[in-house]
Amino acid sequence: MSPDTSILRVSNVTKTYHLGNALLEKFSKNPESNSALTALDGIDLQLRKGEILALVGESGSGKSTLAKILVGSVAASTGEIQYQGSPMPARRGKDVTRRIQMVFQDPYSSLNPRMSVGAVLSELLLLHKIVPRREVRAESIRLLNRVGMEEDALDAYPSQFSGGQRQRIAIARALAVRPDVLIADEPVSALDVSVQATILELFTTLRDELGLSILFVAHNLAVVQHLSQRVAVMYLGRIVEVADTAEIFSNPRHPYTRALIESIPRMTAEGANDGIVLEGEPPSPFNIPAGCRFNPRCSFAQVACTLTDPALMPVGPTHESACIRADELPIFSSIPIHQEEL
Amino acid sequence: MSTPTAILAGFQAKRRATRSRTLKPWYKNGSLVAGMIIVGALVLMAILAPIIAPYDPIQQNLTNTLQAPSTSHLLGTDKYGRDVLSRLIWGARVNLRIGFLAVLIPFVFGSILGGLAGYFGGWLDAIVMRVVDVFFAFPFYVMVIVLVFILGSGEASIYLAIAAVSWVSYAKIVRGEVIVAKKQDYVVGARLGGMSHGRVLVRHIGPNVLSQAIIYGMSDIVMDIMAVVTLGYLGLGIAPPTAEWGSMILDGQEFITTLWQQATIPGLIVVVTSLGVSFLGDGLSDLLSPDRRK
Repeated sequence: MSPDTSILRVSNVTKTYHLGNALLEKFSKNPESNSALTALDGIDLQLRKGEILALVGESGSGKSTLAKILVGSVAASTGEIQYQGSPMPARRGKDVTRRIQMVFQDPYSSLNPRMSVGAVLSELLLLHKIVPRREVRAESIRLLNRVGMEEDALDAYPSQFSGGQRQRIAIARALAVRPDVLIADEPVSALDVSVQATILELFTTLRDELGLSILFVAHNLAVVQHLSQRVAVMYLGRIVEVADTAEIFSNPRHPYTRALIESIPRMTAEGANDGIVLEGEPPSPFNIPAGCRFNPRCSFAQVACTLTDPALMPVGPTHESACIRADELPIFSSIPIHQEEL
Repeated sequence: MSTPTAILAGFQAKRRATRSRTLKPWYKNGSLVAGMIIVGALVLMAILAPIIAPYDPIQQNLTNTLQAPSTSHLLGTDKYGRDVLSRLIWGARVNLRIGFLAVLIPFVFGSILGGLAGYFGGWLDAIVMRVVDVFFAFPFYVMVIVLVFILGSGEASIYLAIAAVSWVSYAKIVRGEVIVAKKQDYVVGARLGGMSHGRVLVRHIGPNVLSQAIIYGMSDIVMDIMAVVTLGYLGLGIAPPTAEWGSMILDGQEFITTLWQQATIPGLIVVVTSLGVSFLGDGLSDLLSPDRRK
């Protein structure tokens, strides 16, 4: 891929947390004790201009950490983030910060309970001088309309809205500073299923109408199937598979992705799904297994899998997988999801 | 989008940003109204003291001492022949003024220090909290009495003593609230919006944490009024002959068996004042909670 198509490029980013008391550790007998938590271990990823890229994985896989690093609220331990071809400074200024905005998971904690919707929007509009002072109100209404809210929301406080409405307001807040990139950290997982669909649709609309590039974090593949152009699957701080959405659902080349797809609950004429059930919990990030980090839970694992730690390798024109047996995996025969769709 | 999604979208299209919850108006808040009536009456009494008090509170009349209640002296006279009712009314001025004013300095100082410590953490937090721990180790009244004893009696030293002791409570409360608030997504969101630490702290965290400090301040007013009364009772407070409830209790207790109202009525008015301020604090905590906010 030529670099000019990517708006955000992450190269070899790692994040290690040192837990425990640093002073006590100095005196402990075992200085190499496992108090370091590896949340991200060499992440390479690019977000292309105008695409929705889904980042999927179990809880604890490091998705949220990566999202926080991208918006700059957490610093990476090593590695580089490039924004439109130039490296991001460690301390971002007001103008760089503005370009990458975030939509949070919990719409109940992401809005200030003591600020009216209008106050939140106008503060941002004035701070960044997005519009002249006398146009602030009109611009605020435009933002609300864009996310499907009406003008009367301006004077209301967050407690007066439902979860879905709050999430819309949170999206309007993120859009107020006119970002190029939106990082959405599981923005629908706290919402009712009936509301989820409409919020997902809003993200699609935003991409189509504003040309936003969106990194959509989710822990459930089903959510992103109709939303994203590409999917990146994360496991224990690594990206194990990246491919176009259609490709990843029809031809997953990593056993973990297969397990995720098969774990999507669904019913067909033949009955409920009975594919590979992923056994056990993900290993502790304090103690990552030797070799391929998925091998203890993998039904295709061989001896070689406990010896080599595979890197992400191309397995197709738009497809990368971090499995040494990627080419040997049997043809994927999961029932296509949403058969009712014609 | 799949068919069910499209149907749902159709339903949702009729959605309006209607306000889902109506807010309870302040006048339906029982304790707030009760507190406002009691405190309001006391404040009015203090303001109107020169008009409503029948006698000069410090004018002695040694030919007319220790009178039982009568139509000319509704609560009788004390051992110097001063009208007890007038002293009670004038005493409200001193006690309420000190009670309310003494809260301000520690409120401002403690909240700022606690807010900075909680927000920035690190060495600042460590230093501030160790100092707070030292102050917390001593009981409130013991510290106030010792400080007033050292500084000498008088209104200024009461303010100083109370400020020196009670800022720690505000620092502790605000610090705890800020530590919780700064992890909230709306604070992270504000930082992502490019706002400075100062702006985030003042505009976004401040309004959300101060309500706790204000509610505590109400109970602190009660404590300060009690402290002034205690100091007066111990003879350390406001110098005589100024009318003050604590010293009235002290003066009156000699005659508790014969003229019980001389010590009891000032004691009761202290209780009523505390009750009123407590009601007010209780009502405010209801009113200031974000979910009820208008």
